[in-house]
Amino acid sequence: MTVILGQTFTGISIGAVLLLIALGLSLTFGQMNVINMAHGEFIMAGAYTTYVLQQHLAGAGLSLLLALPVAFLVAGVLGVALEHLLIRRLYLRPLDTLLVTWGVSLMLQQLARDLFGAPNVQTRAPDWLTGHLTLPLGGAELSLPTSRLFILALALAAVGTLALVLRRTALGRRVRAVVQHRELAEVSGIPTGRVDRTTFFLGSGLAGIAGVALTLVGPIGPAMGTNVIIDAFLVIVAGGIGRLRGCVVAAFVLGVLQSVLEWSTTVSVAKVAVLVALVAFLQWRPQGLYTLRTRSLV
Amino acid sequence: MTLTAPPPPAAPPEPARARRLLPAAGPRRTLAAFALGAVLLFAVAPLALTDFRLGLLAKYLCTAIVAVGVCLAWGRGGLLTLGQGVFFGLGGYAMAMHLKLADAGPGNLPDFMVLYGTTDTLPWWWVPFANPVFALAATVLLPMGVAALLGSLIFRRRVRGAYFALLSQALTAAFAIWLVGQQATTGGTNGLTDIQGFFGYALDDPANQRMVYFVIALVLLALIALARQLIHSRYGELLVAVRDSEERVRFLGYDPARVKLVVYVVAAGMAGLAGALFVPAVGIISPALIGIVPSIELVIGAAVGGRASLLGAVLGALAVAWAKTALSEEFPAAWTYFQGLLFVVVVAFLPGGLASLARTVRARLARRRTGADEDGAEQKEAAV
Repeated sequence: MTVILGQTFTGISIGAVLLLIALGLSLTFGQMNVINMAHGEFIMAGAYTTYVLQQHLAGAGLSLLLALPVAFLVAGVLGVALEHLLIRRLYLRPLDTLLVTWGVSLMLQQLARDLFGAPNVQTRAPDWLTGHLTLPLGGAELSLPTSRLFILALALAAVGTLALVLRRTALGRRVRAVVQHRELAEVSGIPTGRVDRTTFFLGSGLAGIAGVALTLVGPIGPAMGTNVIIDAFLVIVAGGIGRLRGCVVAAFVLGVLQSVLEWSTTVSVAKVAVLVALVAFLQWRPQGLYTLRTRSLV
Repeated sequence: MTLTAPPPPAAPPEPARARRLLPAAGPRRTLAAFALGAVLLFAVAPLALTDFRLGLLAKYLCTAIVAVGVCLAWGRGGLLTLGQGVFFGLGGYAMAMHLKLADAGPGNLPDFMVLYGTTDTLPWWWVPFANPVFALAATVLLPMGVAALLGSLIFRRRVRGAYFALLSQALTAAFAIWLVGQQATTGGTNGLTDIQGFFGYALDDPANQRMVYFVIALVLLALIALARQLIHSRYGELLVAVRDSEERVRFLGYDPARVKLVVYVVAAGMAGLAGALFVPAVGIISPALIGIVPSIELVIGAAVGGRASLLGAVLGALAVAWAKTALSEEFPAAWTYFQGLLFVVVVAFLPGGLASLARTVRARLARRRTGADEDGAEQKEAAV
């Protein structure tokens, strides 16, 4: 029983990381049909922001909390720059954005290698995130690392905030309008260009926050973006483009699936099995878990 | 009136349209280009290059073989396959497994299995690869089979565009991770290395290396000819139609899923063959050669040269592979920046690749003269 609960918790915490990574992507992918391969490098930028802040500030806790808004800004500005310089010109060619942003991600990785060196670096976790929370459970005890709980809380807070922004604010209304029907939104007087830029800022900023969270679970290195981006895209494909709900459900399901499979087999077999499961799932729901119903043919 | 039978296929396409698709495709010019290619590959290169350089060229030619498939699938069919590494790897591993077994001799285990000492008997799925005919067939049929299975599942459910690209990329990532995880039976991260012989010929002999080069060059030319025939057939027309307007093709009574499946399988077979030839040319196959990054690099070459033009894709793949070796040896950091920049500039501003450079410039100049009213149309046409 403890094992099952423990694995489920591991799965949920993997899911929380996936959710944080994929959240920003689902926004940019959903809104503009832009496949931003440089998203992983925005995550990396967030992680290095945390590292730099910790080098210059004394307290690990303070620098971590401060890193959240700073990383959001850094990654967001990177995203807006990318959108303004390149992606804006490629809206009619979604597949080409994939290749272009991959080129950008190559350059950003090399930049990180030149600035911080090729070897991975580490940050110190603050004291209040190094312990375990032990829950009494019948005879046994369930021990949950507080850093994982922090990430879970962060992911849920990010989803909550994003949902609130999308549902309740004027910006969110415009974003939803553009996602559902770009042309109609445009003739209704919505400045789609400005909405796109804001969306890209938010989506990329969320990548920065994901980067801060990733410093708590692993090393920071130039290749960290590449390692996570594929999983994030799988979450989007499974969840359905442009749906927040799909993204949340898919992230946690994939997280738990991966954790259970890794526990019962090996890491490498689990990766393949998750992919096979996804292809099988797409047989049943080719557009993902939740789809946006439109009348368009493509 | 019943709705079951689709109308008979339309009349053969107008010759004028076929010519427009590939401007320089007059039979005589094609033959001349072919002859020139053959002379360069079979006479000039072996005479002018040292053994070492010829070996490198053999390696580049393998990526060019993959590029022929990428040109068909992506340039012509609009399927951005970021997972050619899987098929390249399947072909490569099938060949390498046979060569390892042949090196070890009948009844013996390949050296790395002895080294790791984790297995006493040959795993069951290694056994058939001892047979040369089976192994050779597997280098092409295995990738084609995997592509057929995956493609029929994916295309039938109309998973396409970005979804398809991401799935194919995930596939190659998963395959590479799986190979790394199976250290005892696949050699793990190291892959299958140190291959000595190629069907009885010792690979450390320069003469035999030359022979391998000639085989690769021959295969490349043959596949280019095959791809050209395919492009200029009715099927080739249908493929472009599916790329440009899948729904319209469906409404005309064709099945776009089947059209895409064929090109995906053909491209996979070509990648498998390239992988199989890569092994004797370079002497190694490893997960690092087939992961996400090498798979994208296979696409880059085609993009730089011109994805829809057969010659452009092949020359682009050769040029990028050459530039990688030439630049990355001396300035590894600069090469990465250059590669990224090249990619961004070509894909964003020259989607037809270098093959379309002259045409694009001419169109720009013409537009400047007539006024910039056809801007949108031009861009839409370029969007593939």
